[in-house]
Amino acid sequence: MDAVLELRDVSKHYPEHRAVNGVSLSLARGEFFSLLGPSGCGKTTTLRLIAGFEEPTRGEIRLNGCAIHHLKPYQRNVSTVFQNYALFPHLTVRQNVEFGLRRRAENHMAQKVGEVLDLVRLTGKEARYPSGISGGERQRVALARSLVLAPDLLLLDEPLSALDPNLRKEVRAELKAIQRRVGITFLFVTHDQEEALAMSDRLGVMNAGALEQVGKPEEVYLRPQTRFVAAFLGALNWIQGVGVRPEATRISKRASQGCPATVEQSTFLGNCVRVAVRLSNGELATAEISRLEESFAPGDQVNLSWRPEDELRFE
Amino acid sequence: MKRLRAWFLAPTWVTMLALFAAPLLIICAYSLETRGVYGGVSLPWTIESYQRLADPIYLAILWRSFWIAGISTVLCLLLGFPLALFISRSGRRKHLYLSLVILPFWTSFLVRTYAWMFLLRDTGLINAALQALGLIHDPIPLLYNDGAVILGLVYGYLPFTVLPLYATLERLDSSLIEAAADLGARPLTVLGRVIVPLCAPAIRAGAILVFIPCLGTYLTSDLLGGGKSVMIGNLIQNQFTTARDWPFGSAISLTLMAMVLALLIAFVRRDREGLL
Amino acid sequence: MNRPGRTLSIYAIAVYLFLHLPLLILATFSFNATRLSVWQGFSLHWYSAAFQSSELVEAAWNSLLIAIAATLVSTFIGTLCAYGLWKRASTWLSDSLYLSLVTPEIVTGISLLAFYQWIFRFLRLPLGMHTVILAHISFSVAYVVIVVMARLRTLDAQLEEAALDLGANEWQAFRHVTLPVIFPAVAAAALLAFTVSFDDYVITSLVAGVDSETLPMAIYAIARRGVNPEVNAISAIIVVGLGVLILVSERLRAS
Repeated sequence: MDAVLELRDVSKHYPEHRAVNGVSLSLARGEFFSLLGPSGCGKTTTLRLIAGFEEPTRGEIRLNGCAIHHLKPYQRNVSTVFQNYALFPHLTVRQNVEFGLRRRAENHMAQKVGEVLDLVRLTGKEARYPSGISGGERQRVALARSLVLAPDLLLLDEPLSALDPNLRKEVRAELKAIQRRVGITFLFVTHDQEEALAMSDRLGVMNAGALEQVGKPEEVYLRPQTRFVAAFLGALNWIQGVGVRPEATRISKRASQGCPATVEQSTFLGNCVRVAVRLSNGELATAEISRLEESFAPGDQVNLSWRPEDELRFE
Repeated sequence: MKRLRAWFLAPTWVTMLALFAAPLLIICAYSLETRGVYGGVSLPWTIESYQRLADPIYLAILWRSFWIAGISTVLCLLLGFPLALFISRSGRRKHLYLSLVILPFWTSFLVRTYAWMFLLRDTGLINAALQALGLIHDPIPLLYNDGAVILGLVYGYLPFTVLPLYATLERLDSSLIEAAADLGARPLTVLGRVIVPLCAPAIRAGAILVFIPCLGTYLTSDLLGGGKSVMIGNLIQNQFTTARDWPFGSAISLTLMAMVLALLIAFVRRDREGLL
Repeated sequence: MNRPGRTLSIYAIAVYLFLHLPLLILATFSFNATRLSVWQGFSLHWYSAAFQSSELVEAAWNSLLIAIAATLVSTFIGTLCAYGLWKRASTWLSDSLYLSLVTPEIVTGISLLAFYQWIFRFLRLPLGMHTVILAHISFSVAYVVIVVMARLRTLDAQLEEAALDLGANEWQAFRHVTLPVIFPAVAAAALLAFTVSFDDYVITSLVAGVDSETLPMAIYAIARRGVNPEVNAISAIIVVGLGVLILVSERLRAS
């Protein structure tokens, strides 16, 4: 792999807790990688370690093969898009985007700024101030501000979480398209598994400071290596010692074999029906079925079954 | 970053050391020396200046200072509390009313004290009005006594109780008051048993904010008290000008500082973190 | 509990009258035709007398110079200090600044006087404008630090991180991002420092030389001699002037 970023056994210990514990990771050039996990799992800290706002307690961080973990943020060719965008309120959109270029005293500033604003579709708003544009537009300014510097790696800290839910899907697609166009490696941090699954070339799931699994989205979803990863990426039933996803759980009143259960509730969700059942050991499980299959009412006695290849087992 | 920060703090360090700490250290030394022949100080070292403070004349001044400062503080609290209550219940006009309290304070203290001289003197407005109304024949001596000094102090430091009390009252959980009312308490009872106890920290803060400057006041007792109402501040000033007894003046100053520090340590917890 | 009752409102009116009437009366009588406390007719006589009094004009000039000099220096020092303390607290420095605020003015004044006299044994300098300006700087710094710190605390810490991320070093981040953003608060602090310096009597009177009489000192001297409506006139001007400065300062702080 032509690795742009390499984390080797990186740890960040605070007096009270270990935010990041022995994380090792390689990012390929040009890939869209998501770091996924619940709040407090250490993903943001990892991001900050890569950006240079914190120094690792142990381990190495290498960018294009060179160690950067002792360098200041302004010495690394890494740029960050912050969760709340951190746009400079006293500067216009143009001045915000120019900021990094001015520090480097680069040539052809106007041209570069024009190009990147075109890329994020903000042409025409150069003279506005951050307070005079919408949340979605502010996010694009933050993106432009970082992209114009052509960093080796772009870090994005939950950039979609501050947006309106309706806007998110649209921005998701835009972000992915931009990444493909510029070809810069993106490291995207989020707690939303749908985002991670939809956007990433590869993703890594973090829990309590450790990286539990890394892989392509289908791989991690269909073949999770730990119970945490399985449960975090989607709903999970735990039946007779085996994990099965609701959409792989078959349910029938007529079958004679399988795991017996009683229907608690049947909810029509539009594109599918979700049937909640109670197993003989008292636990709950869910089956997601097409609305054209048999219908179920509370109290019905049913049998659950599944294909062996849909079983999820963990050590 | 550490270097930059060190450079940023350096000028203030120098200022504080040279213009605050060093002067205090010098008067510490002076307080233990003897009065020079032509004023100023000279050796030998002695604690005579501190011993002189035990003289009844000076103890009387100390006592008067505490008494005046104490009454002023109590008055500021009593007068300030209802005003803070009024402002906290004034809805949209809260900030206007608050500014009306604070604004006079930040304009000249000297002028505000002089205003009372103007009003209270024998030929001043109040006496003139009372005489014109036929209520009195000769002017009442309203100026140059303890009462005038207390009036001037309360006038000057009232905002210092209003602000912390307002801050607490504003943040008061109205559901507590509603609960008390629901349980049958009349408004006055709610006030006395719920609101006032909840304001205890603000009352403490306001009391200290008023008491300490009043204790060490100079201008008010000088202009409104004349020579008749000598407080610690006037005594100190006198030693460094007319009486030319610097060691004694230094001793009194340090005693005043000690009292101020004792009050601060006793009553102000680390909640002054809000300021600095 | 949402509206003040009638008794409370009447009380509030009384207190506001108590707070504001003395100054209003003072100002009104600055327009009085005579120096008596009975209204005798409108006149600007005392204002012109005040402006013609060389004592008052020179004192006003001194006060202005001192206040401007002290304000510039203390605002500069104080802003840097507030920034440094914001990055990482220093209990010693914060404590001494707080102590300088709480120390009675008379004690600050005499200690500075003693300090100057001690130094002048070696330097052969007299008391004058320079001693006053230094004294004013020493007590103004704390005010500036308080105002600027208050603003820094509400500042988004990520703004500086973004600046660093985009290639600025620590000094550039301060100069190009933090300082411009907090500038209204710095201006407000400067106006506050100006007000505090312009109005000071106690400390100034102790450390001023013969030829550096300030306006408060002149007013004090005249007031001590008896009531003089020229003082009313000057006072009215001062109150309005400082009042405007403080209003502007508050507006800047709120923005």
